[in-house]
Amino acid sequence: MTEVRVSVAGVTVRFGAVAALSRVDIDVPAGERRAVIGPNGAGKTTLLNVIAGELRPTEGLVHLGEQDATPLPAWRRARLGLGRTFQRSTLFDQLSVAENVTLAVRARLHGGWRFWPARERAVNTEVEGRLEAGGIAHLARRRAAGLGHGERRILEIELALAAVPSALLIDEPMAGLSGAERRLTLERLQALPEDVTVVIVEHDLDAVFALAQRISVLDHGVKIADGTPAEVRANPRVQEVYLGAI
Amino acid sequence: MFLLAAGLSIIFGLMNVLNLAHGSFYMVGAYIAYSVVVATKSFWLALVVAPVLLAVVGAALELVFFRRVYGRGHLAQVLLTFGFTLVFVDLIRSQFGPTTRSIPPPSGLEGAVQVLGATFSAYSLFVLAVATVVGALLLVGWRSLRVGAVLRAGVEDKEMAGLLGINLPRVFTLTFAFGAGLAGLAGVIAAPEFAIYPGMDANVLILALVVVVLGGLGSIEGALLGAALVGLGYVIGTSLFPQFAIGLIFALMAAVLVVRPSGLLGRRM
Amino acid sequence: MIRGRFRAAWRPGLLAILTLALASVPMWAPRFWIYIATQALIFAIFAMSLDFLLGYAGLPSFGHAAFYGVGAYACALLALRQVDGLIPLLVVGAAAGALIAAPIGALSLRTTGIYFLMLTLAFGQMLWGLAVNWTSLTRGTDGLIGIPRPTLAGLDALNISLYERGPFFFLCLVVAILTFLLLEMLARSPFGKTLEGIRDNERRMRALGYPSFRYRLAAFVIAGSIAGIAGSLAAMSNGYATPDLLYWTVSGLALVAVVVGGARSLIGPVLGAFAVLFGQLGLSTYVPRWELILGTLFIAFVLFVPRGLVGLVRRA
Repeated sequence: MTEVRVSVAGVTVRFGAVAALSRVDIDVPAGERRAVIGPNGAGKTTLLNVIAGELRPTEGLVHLGEQDATPLPAWRRARLGLGRTFQRSTLFDQLSVAENVTLAVRARLHGGWRFWPARERAVNTEVEGRLEAGGIAHLARRRAAGLGHGERRILEIELALAAVPSALLIDEPMAGLSGAERRLTLERLQALPEDVTVVIVEHDLDAVFALAQRISVLDHGVKIADGTPAEVRANPRVQEVYLGAI
Repeated sequence: MFLLAAGLSIIFGLMNVLNLAHGSFYMVGAYIAYSVVVATKSFWLALVVAPVLLAVVGAALELVFFRRVYGRGHLAQVLLTFGFTLVFVDLIRSQFGPTTRSIPPPSGLEGAVQVLGATFSAYSLFVLAVATVVGALLLVGWRSLRVGAVLRAGVEDKEMAGLLGINLPRVFTLTFAFGAGLAGLAGVIAAPEFAIYPGMDANVLILALVVVVLGGLGSIEGALLGAALVGLGYVIGTSLFPQFAIGLIFALMAAVLVVRPSGLLGRRM
Repeated sequence: MIRGRFRAAWRPGLLAILTLALASVPMWAPRFWIYIATQALIFAIFAMSLDFLLGYAGLPSFGHAAFYGVGAYACALLALRQVDGLIPLLVVGAAAGALIAAPIGALSLRTTGIYFLMLTLAFGQMLWGLAVNWTSLTRGTDGLIGIPRPTLAGLDALNISLYERGPFFFLCLVVAILTFLLLEMLARSPFGKTLEGIRDNERRMRALGYPSFRYRLAAFVIAGSIAGIAGSLAAMSNGYATPDLLYWTVSGLALVAVVVGGARSLIGPVLGAFAVLFGQLGLSTYVPRWELILGTLFIAFVLFVPRGLVGLVRRA
């Protein structure tokens, strides 16, 4: 697996007159666990969308590894090894849980250009293993549309993991999860190979401090702090924004 | 043309319903005009009667049928309106037969007029005038009046509009009726200029769709611009290569789509 | 082993009954009804290709008749220039459908949902206009007439002529079954699952690295070529090709057949096609105001049977 550094430089995103991000620089070296935190509306998800290629920045550049990814569409960035999860679960609702994961595994192995029903033993074995590891093997045949919220969030993450990304963007994985589900999710994320670059947006600060090696703080589209968890905790501007919650 | 596209665009943009029966409303408007003119010899009466009647028909259809399928996605709505186009065409055919009808322009507007050295029929100028006036009224009403504000609230955020105490179902019915009325008006105005026949609904529906796609959905300004472009393209196309005038219009649409998939003045999808 | 497909017990049974019932038609049905059943089979092939687009790829095309009509014209033009042979003519129909579907798809697929529907409708009507106006090629509204039925080497040896109703009916039945099997195979293949993924959640598929536009375009072209095959059969069956084949109501009727029958089943559209065709041809023989009745039936169906005929079977 190649190691992929994720960096945005001078990125500004404007929606009409509103600047969702202004001149944000974030550089995540390959293999680092980076958390992006900030109050609601700070531009965290916008940042992930810019990195993933769903939003073109008004200004600025996005680099994946050594490559300038700014002009690339989302699917090409995925081919470079970038994976992501979504804040609101985005699954294939009409398909079964197993089929959901199969699509993700197949994307990596040989894509969808096979016009006959293939045996795909390798794919099936891997899918079974992944469902097992994610603790959702018992749901394999259920339709994704019929899953509960927690099950959907877990499948959301498994879909991203099944693509075996070199760099992974994770958007609020813990939102709305129960305590047990949080622990399971945290374990899954901590079990990621060391060389995977991770950018995680999360409100659950316990999870953030358990995972992240460095933390970037956004507020109103501006990066106000960037450093190790201890540095960020001590930063007075961050304390102001978070009203001492850290 | 603009009237029709505006009606379609309003219904679509505001209510998120694609109404294939819109061309039928136009056709029925033309036939009402024909009947009224044959019965009373008064074009002006038709000009009042047809839009009002169609608005009533539109409101009735919305109340009885379309209301039931709002939650069911576009396809159900489209098929429902498609069913109505079949019904309307057949009703018209059974009442008036398959032959082409026409009515004369109203008295006072039969002749030709010289403007800037070119000759126009007086009636064409009248059509132009009506379209301009209605267009201007729509624009002003859309932008400033309370109706416009209410409708826009309905489009932007259905829940918000509900919270503001706006009666959305009624607004929808009225919008639908208004769009149908506009189509009826367009039908009456077109009647002396073009042939009246069963099947006129499809031709005009397609042109209206092109206008709406060109201009951008749910945008009155877009409908205006699109209608002007299509009209112009049609005139130029007819004079250059008469058989393929419609081809030029589609080429125009294809070109616009490549550059701006959401139409010239459309919101991003 | 994990089987993704939701196995449904009713499906093979229904298929077997349908095939047997159809195969027996020439034995007992009067000539006129064999003709209608033939037309319905051709329409069923057309409707299945549309179901592949609508049900699996999630693309509501309202201009599908364009490819049907173009296939018919391509077949007619060649047949009238002394090209004989069933297979070449069907291939030409398919190629013509695919050739036209590629650019229309490339433009229309820049949009989705209802916008896609409007665009395909507009492009379909454009081709209809072309068929009416390009008189040097299409002879306008008169259409191309006097298309001979083709020959097939093996059948000639057996002294079977496709001019007879029975053999031609079986030809259509065979093509319909092959179409069903082909589309069923595609639907179960990784390609089909990819299309379903894109239908359900294009954003996610792109994030996983699937170029969704290319898959959609491929589906559009495949469906277009099958519609072209149906068009060639229609031209052979009728002996003529007229602009009516491309008219937007044909696209609409096909959509109705798919939805009335039940989308994403491939069987539903066959049932729907028979219902629509019996409605159209059957009613028009006995009652003058058939469009009125048919339109009313559609309205009722859309309002009261949202899941289609197959939905009714599933529930029962």
